[in-house]
Amino acid sequence: MPSETAVVPARSRRRFVFDWKEILFRAAVPLLAMFAAFIVGAVLLLLLNVNPFTAYAALIEGAFGSMYSITQSLVKATPLLLVALGICIAFRASVINVGGEGQIILGALMATWFSLQFRAWPGWLLIPATIIMGFMAGAAWGFVPGILKARLGVNEILTTIMMNFIALQLMNLLLRGPLMDPGGVTAGTFLAQSERLPEQVWLARMIPQTPLHTGFILAVVLAFVVYIFLWRTTIGYRIRAVGLNPHAARYAGIKVPFNQALSLTLAGGFAGLAGVVEVLGVHHRLLEGITSGYGFTGIVAALFGGLHPLGAIPASYLFGSLLVGADKMQRAVQVPSALVDTIMGLVVMFVVGSAWLSRRWAARRLAATAKRQEVK
Amino acid sequence: MDQIFTTVVIVGILSSAIRLATPYLYASIGETIGQLSGVVNLGVDGIMLMGAYAAFFVVLNTGNLWLGVLAAMVVGLLMGLLMSVISVTLKAEQGISGIGLYIFGLGLSTLLFKVTIGTVKTVDGFQTFRIPILGNIPILGEVFFNNNVMVYIAFLLVPAAWWVLEKTTWGLRIKAAGQNPAAADSLGVNVDRVRYMSVCLGGMLAGLAGASLSLALVKLFQENLTAGMGFIAVALVYFGGWKPVGVLGGALLFSTVNAFQLWMQVLGVNINSNVAVMLPYLLTIAALAFTVNRARQPAGLNVPYERGES
Repeated sequence: MPSETAVVPARSRRRFVFDWKEILFRAAVPLLAMFAAFIVGAVLLLLLNVNPFTAYAALIEGAFGSMYSITQSLVKATPLLLVALGICIAFRASVINVGGEGQIILGALMATWFSLQFRAWPGWLLIPATIIMGFMAGAAWGFVPGILKARLGVNEILTTIMMNFIALQLMNLLLRGPLMDPGGVTAGTFLAQSERLPEQVWLARMIPQTPLHTGFILAVVLAFVVYIFLWRTTIGYRIRAVGLNPHAARYAGIKVPFNQALSLTLAGGFAGLAGVVEVLGVHHRLLEGITSGYGFTGIVAALFGGLHPLGAIPASYLFGSLLVGADKMQRAVQVPSALVDTIMGLVVMFVVGSAWLSRRWAARRLAATAKRQEVK
Repeated sequence: MDQIFTTVVIVGILSSAIRLATPYLYASIGETIGQLSGVVNLGVDGIMLMGAYAAFFVVLNTGNLWLGVLAAMVVGLLMGLLMSVISVTLKAEQGISGIGLYIFGLGLSTLLFKVTIGTVKTVDGFQTFRIPILGNIPILGEVFFNNNVMVYIAFLLVPAAWWVLEKTTWGLRIKAAGQNPAAADSLGVNVDRVRYMSVCLGGMLAGLAGASLSLALVKLFQENLTAGMGFIAVALVYFGGWKPVGVLGGALLFSTVNAFQLWMQVLGVNINSNVAVMLPYLLTIAALAFTVNRARQPAGLNVPYERGES
């Protein structure tokens, strides 16, 4: 993955000191990419005979217009951030995890089954246990592509995608079978959804009258945990070393396949957590379409945040609010919310497309400073 | 179980398999050419969606099937061009650029569909054309020579791609750009140009794959019509060992399993439909795991080429 860290090696030695100039420099590229993507989106809308100003105004109004929509955005940001954290870990080891969707499903499935199975447990015990089990289920779904890559060198992009399809069918199978709501069976509706979870396992609402639940706090705390894990622990160091230069890492005695498999497993675990918070915090049951595409949007958020766990926090909020705004735009001015997906795809391409340019700029900056020091 | 496997059913499964293999063949052959030149394009699914939409939209409004096919090819070419600019000129990480292209294609095709078509409609599409004489051979004729034109073109594409890759200078240049770009460059091959052309050709074929889906196989368009077929097409390239014939084998194997599970459901055999749908994906993972060791991946695959830099 992009070797921004190699450009500024001094940064990792500093302790929690924020170099604002550096942060601005790094934030500029994704923001410009987003601006460019919105311009392209506007051109597309013009071609479709839709007024882009009306559409964008409705989008922004929907995303940031009220306290309620801001809390809604934070609710959507929660699974995005959790997926993005996993993506950060995987991409830092130069492993591409496109299996977020399937891993979310596994986390959600496990959370549903586990909390229904042990519904007699008190909340203080059931919630943490469910969260851990959901993490493990997602991790197991990431482990399979991980071990296949480590042992056999199977391309992880393809296997993670295939695992998405398998997870989807597994969920459909269980929702129409053992996990189907018994209420729906007796009522004869046979809806493909699970029974409502016991109330003590629901994540508490933080602000009354809003959907914001404590899962958001969990995600932000985990972002700091992942930051410390990647930059302050030996395992995290090894994972990053594998990503920066696998050959050098191998000569340094770091087990490259092991660390790649580990990072995919962890990535799966975090995506699994996204499934857990959706079930425990938002829907309070498992239903079809639980992933809402977060597995892919989380990749966009992670890239936008510079593959940095802390950068992923504002990035997830931004994309969470775009999703909320897109729904409202669709309802208010009848512009399909798919517009935002189109823009997100462009953002990804522009961000990775500009990585090479910004690397060159950074190298030029470095060379210029070196020259100045030489003169002195 | 005995009476289920009658000749009729077997012929039915095999001819379904041939038809189901068509979009995969177009997309995988295109992806093979792109990958041999050193570029992994994971956006195939997005291109297929755009191609399927473009073809369907044009046919819905003009009724001209070949104009629809042309539209799909042009749209595919443009998407391939976009991918080349980002992955060849801007030297971006190919895996992620492809995912971006996929999200873009999925979003844009949905947007266009909702704005310009609105509801799910159908077209008459390509009709079955029984090849004279050959189509009258019992069983074989039914399976192979009683299909629509898009199927015939897809199967002719396999020897055509083989011939280009193995017997022409162009094929040699494509493989050199993927295998050892620095050496190819030093011998006067314009690596970037070869990669551009290969990825654009791949995009064009992915667009055709979309057209074959929306005009010949299902004859309709809806949101996320491909449902990930493009990713399976990419997997088939690995499975086929970067050879058109290998890709053909993979596509046929995959679509036979798929046709089998579809027929079993139609015939009411007592297997769970979710498990049945899962089967081809499980098979793909297994196939990737078992074939990975003998695969000869192009050495320069996934590596942007920068002249003069170590």
